[in-house]
Amino acid sequence: MTDKNNLIVYCEFDEGKVADVSLELLTKGRELADKLGVKLEAVVIGDKLDGVENQLFPYGADVVYKVADDRLYPYTSNPHASVLINLFKEIEPQICLMGATCIGRDLGPRVSSCLHSGLTADCTSLEIGDHKDPKTGKEYQNLLYQIRPAFGGNIVATIVNPECRPQMATVREGVMKKEVFDANHKGEVVELDASKYVSPEEFVIEILDRHIEKSKVNIKNSPIIVAGGYGMGSKENFELLYKLAETIGAEVGASRAAVDAGFCEHDRQIGQTGVTVRPKLYIACGISGQIQHIAGMQESSIIISINNDPEAPINAIADYVINGNAEDVIPKLIKYYKKNSK
Amino acid sequence: MSLNIIVLAKQVPDTRNVGKDAMKEDGTINRAALPAIFNPEDLNALEQALRIKDANPGSTVTILTMGLPRASEIIREAMYRGADGGVVLTDRVLGGADTLATSYSLAQAVKKFGKYDIILGGRQAIDGDTAQVGPQIAEKLGIPQVTYAEEILEINDKNVVVKRRLENGVETVKAPLPCVVTVNGSAADCRPRNAMRIQKYKYAASTSEKANLPEKQKELLEKRPYLNINEWSAAYVDADPTQIGMPGSPTKVKAIENVVFTAKESLCLDNDDTQIENLIKELIANHTIG
Repeated sequence: MTDKNNLIVYCEFDEGKVADVSLELLTKGRELADKLGVKLEAVVIGDKLDGVENQLFPYGADVVYKVADDRLYPYTSNPHASVLINLFKEIEPQICLMGATCIGRDLGPRVSSCLHSGLTADCTSLEIGDHKDPKTGKEYQNLLYQIRPAFGGNIVATIVNPECRPQMATVREGVMKKEVFDANHKGEVVELDASKYVSPEEFVIEILDRHIEKSKVNIKNSPIIVAGGYGMGSKENFELLYKLAETIGAEVGASRAAVDAGFCEHDRQIGQTGVTVRPKLYIACGISGQIQHIAGMQESSIIISINNDPEAPINAIADYVINGNAEDVIPKLIKYYKKNSK
Repeated sequence: MSLNIIVLAKQVPDTRNVGKDAMKEDGTINRAALPAIFNPEDLNALEQALRIKDANPGSTVTILTMGLPRASEIIREAMYRGADGGVVLTDRVLGGADTLATSYSLAQAVKKFGKYDIILGGRQAIDGDTAQVGPQIAEKLGIPQVTYAEEILEINDKNVVVKRRLENGVETVKAPLPCVVTVNGSAADCRPRNAMRIQKYKYAASTSEKANLPEKQKELLEKRPYLNINEWSAAYVDADPTQIGMPGSPTKVKAIENVVFTAKESLCLDNDDTQIENLIKELIANHTIG
């Protein structure tokens, strides 16, 4: 049996702009839909959705469902969940993708629970493939392989939903590539009457206040990160990292051990329980490299490890290893950067 | 006003502290070597629950966990910090559950409690990082959810006002009770154990632990009901066998691959001025810095 139902992407839309993660998922969705020979659909729920389709068509959407109602913006869980649940009962998509954002991770589970469909969070890769149930021997064709790290990043699991539809997955921003499919691609717009998809009783949450408050530290987007570990020895020695960071235009990060020891505040923590970073240069100072830390920085383009322990596990993934105490090496980095940068 | 507060908690392997000894020779992880801990964000949730209790004397904080019988350890831990008691939902048939079957089972247990005003839990557990169970329980119970909570600002017998921490902002919402609130790691840390409470609860034991205790301690448990940590089975919470464990899980694990770090070819330098200057020059020349 081949599933000819379509693939749908829940698109987040705020202040006139579709979220990057939604466009990334359309790009991925286009590729998967082509493999399956089905249509790529998008659904946008909110208010003032005029022209949103023009942002979605170039990324390959064949159908755009628009559900507009001033009560549907800003996002709250129940109403958006209700719209998706009722829409999915009607159009029966075989796959639904969402961003692993605060919205997607709030909405996805609610929808999947109601529809009794499987949901896999934070996938890092999505593929189409076949599956044979090891117990029943039943064979399935063209399932969505939902691939994600688990167990603190120590294993990578491939998950499938053989029987339940839609197969749902969330993906974090920046994991998939965003690519214009065809600037002139046009599809169909379907405007839905919100009142048919959500009842007034669903509007139970009242938003009292909403404001932008950036986390003070923005290590995620910094192209260069100077990170310190427990091996820095003290909060005072951490000052050296700030000096180096200021000199070369970097942000300061820290391992969990350094944060736990009080050398650095929590919002600078890099690793599985902190932030995942992919800078072009990562300078690890006095970091031994526990797996949970490595999981959060191993995709850095260039890694320099400064450590007095030549056996430190982080050295195995470093491009450059400087054997020495960070407090001796860092002043030299500063000195020679100043000397050579002009 | 007294409130019945349920805190969802999970005992998890400490995936954050995978040291050298937890790595096998082939570079894969030795799960048995990992200590079992109280899921960190569930402790943040416990703190919010205890603050509600502090502000509303007469309120009760009850821990609900699903897992192996040994998960009673985290209930005792919660008792030392201020919880009144707890229940371990434990049964062989619940094993192998994905998030959906887990939330169904936990929702059934919540129904067994009867009256509850608010359910708190950590945003996600560190062994799965899915953040799905909270919202799914809310859906199963037909009540609203507030995720990514950082602080409970106000609560009365009808509503709760919650500050949420989102990607690039803060949102304050008012939700009707009962509801599920999942708490972020950025929320206040949980208070430590209290010495008086350790004295009071150190003999607390679950049904299966009780069986192996000396007679004297068994008597103590009979005399002091608050020391009993109940174990509930799937049948006790009226769970539909087709909705639990592996059969009740729509997602199946097709394959598991261990992550093995492959060593790169690294260039080793000494703490030597010329070598360091050359490295800096190279990084400037290829536009990595500068």
